[in-house]
Amino acid sequence: MSVAVATGFDVETVRQDFPALATRVHGRPLVYLDSGASAQKPRVVLDTMHDFLAHRYANVHRGVHELSQQASAEYDAARETARRFLGAADASEVIFTPGTTAGINLVAQSWGRATLRPGDEILVTELEHHSNIVPWQLVAGQTGAVVRAIPVSMAGELDLGALGSLLGPRTRLLALAHVSNVLGTVLPVRQAADLAHAAGALVVVDGAQAVPHLPIDVQALGADFYACSGHKLYGPTGVGLLYGRRDLLEAMPPWQGGGGMIERVTFEETTFAPPPMRFEAGTPPIAEAIGLAAAIDYLSALDAGALRAHEERVLGHAAAVLGEVPGVRVLGNPARRVGVLSFVMEGVHPHDVGTILDRDGIAVRAGHHCAQPLMRRLGVGGTVRASFGMYNTEADVESLAGSLRTVRKVMGL
Amino acid sequence: MSSLGELYQSLILDHNRAPRNFRVMPDADRKAEGYNPLCGDQLSVWLKFDGDRIADVSFQGNGCAISRASASLMTTEIKGKTRAEAARMFEGFHRMITEGGARSAEPLPPKLGAFAGVAEFPARVKCAALAWHALRQALEDGTNTHQEKDHDHAV
Repeated sequence: MSVAVATGFDVETVRQDFPALATRVHGRPLVYLDSGASAQKPRVVLDTMHDFLAHRYANVHRGVHELSQQASAEYDAARETARRFLGAADASEVIFTPGTTAGINLVAQSWGRATLRPGDEILVTELEHHSNIVPWQLVAGQTGAVVRAIPVSMAGELDLGALGSLLGPRTRLLALAHVSNVLGTVLPVRQAADLAHAAGALVVVDGAQAVPHLPIDVQALGADFYACSGHKLYGPTGVGLLYGRRDLLEAMPPWQGGGGMIERVTFEETTFAPPPMRFEAGTPPIAEAIGLAAAIDYLSALDAGALRAHEERVLGHAAAVLGEVPGVRVLGNPARRVGVLSFVMEGVHPHDVGTILDRDGIAVRAGHHCAQPLMRRLGVGGTVRASFGMYNTEADVESLAGSLRTVRKVMGL
Repeated sequence: MSSLGELYQSLILDHNRAPRNFRVMPDADRKAEGYNPLCGDQLSVWLKFDGDRIADVSFQGNGCAISRASASLMTTEIKGKTRAEAARMFEGFHRMITEGGARSAEPLPPKLGAFAGVAEFPARVKCAALAWHALRQALEDGTNTHQEKDHDHAV
């Protein structure tokens, strides 16, 4: 399906497409700065899912009846939409998963468990979300492999020199975020992937925070695997994408067994379907995959350059304005940052900041953001994180700054 | 008073800024830890007994204003109480912060009433309860860690 692309980006028009933005919280208009946790959904996603569930719903793949065939065609079309979005060469390289976490666990338990040997090394960066650390620790425990951390600077940048010296003959895998969920750092995935590949290691990319903000081309990035979630991409929960290079997927054993992933089953032997079906045991999230495709179509119909310029302007404004609020210290200063800004306020715990902002209708996240190793690296117990979607404005930033200026007074400081 | 003002009362702000009994107790009879994996807040509570009475109590750790002030005020209120009195105070306090002040059946020391506003902030109940759960742990068997029942959420 071709999508008509608009020119320019009018944020007020876009805001009308997101019904949740009209919500009032504690009597105030909602200022939603928690899209990094989960983004709001445009009406077209809600309508697409509703229409499908109300009028065209059936299970996929195994039906001879009309509705099942229609549902199968829509599900297949959603996979093709996702393929195009990720820049994969073939739709068989795109697996529908429940989300980023499930995608990474799939790679760890399928590729990792079949491949890793005692003493093999898995490299992860110090800024990873727990979901790109813990699955590797689990498979390391199962196989005798070792997880090692690549340091990041206080600015929030990956130390490529340190990566170079950590890579060795035992390195089998590099797992890294495309964008930090705490600092917003855009990691140099291609450079890191080139180093890893030169050492004979594969590369797994956690794209959860990148896909809403950056053009994605998994082949240009040098990713062997790339995982992301639908719900941070303005789509529904319960569905995500895992890209895997075709030759790798074809050699990988199934992770979960069940219906839909087999060729032939006897009690003596079962042979498995080729990718992607091998990795989609059971009834998939059908309506969610179709809803995700609607979200991708919505995003793809926007003027990408104008959208990015808008997002850069709002985030740049936030970094400048928050830095001027008394007591606020913005964490990290990466060369390239998208979507996310973390800060601390002197003498005030992040949860107290979050509660006070909430009473002004401002939704942020406070805590360790599932990145405890990075918190230790930065020397903080937690942060306040403002994360941005396409619908956020400079006025949202002003509301945040204005509310932050009241925090120290509320706290008697 | 606004609901924020009810949460962050001057007594709470004072105990947050200058927590009482904020020290390690090397010769304690009991120690217990409270940990909230949701936010990473953690604190330790130490108890020293004179027979059945709590002769001394102290705490230390990292946390938000609510958890810190709650721990501080707890130490000032339970010092000199018997184990049974402290346990009853826990029950009353817990009921007040979860169900609201008006429905508290237990007579509580007036200063603890400063936390009645917490009931309006469900996300903050665990903060106010952290030190008290550690206290109960210390009264019962000590040396164990109390963990709030929230798990790490992947966002």
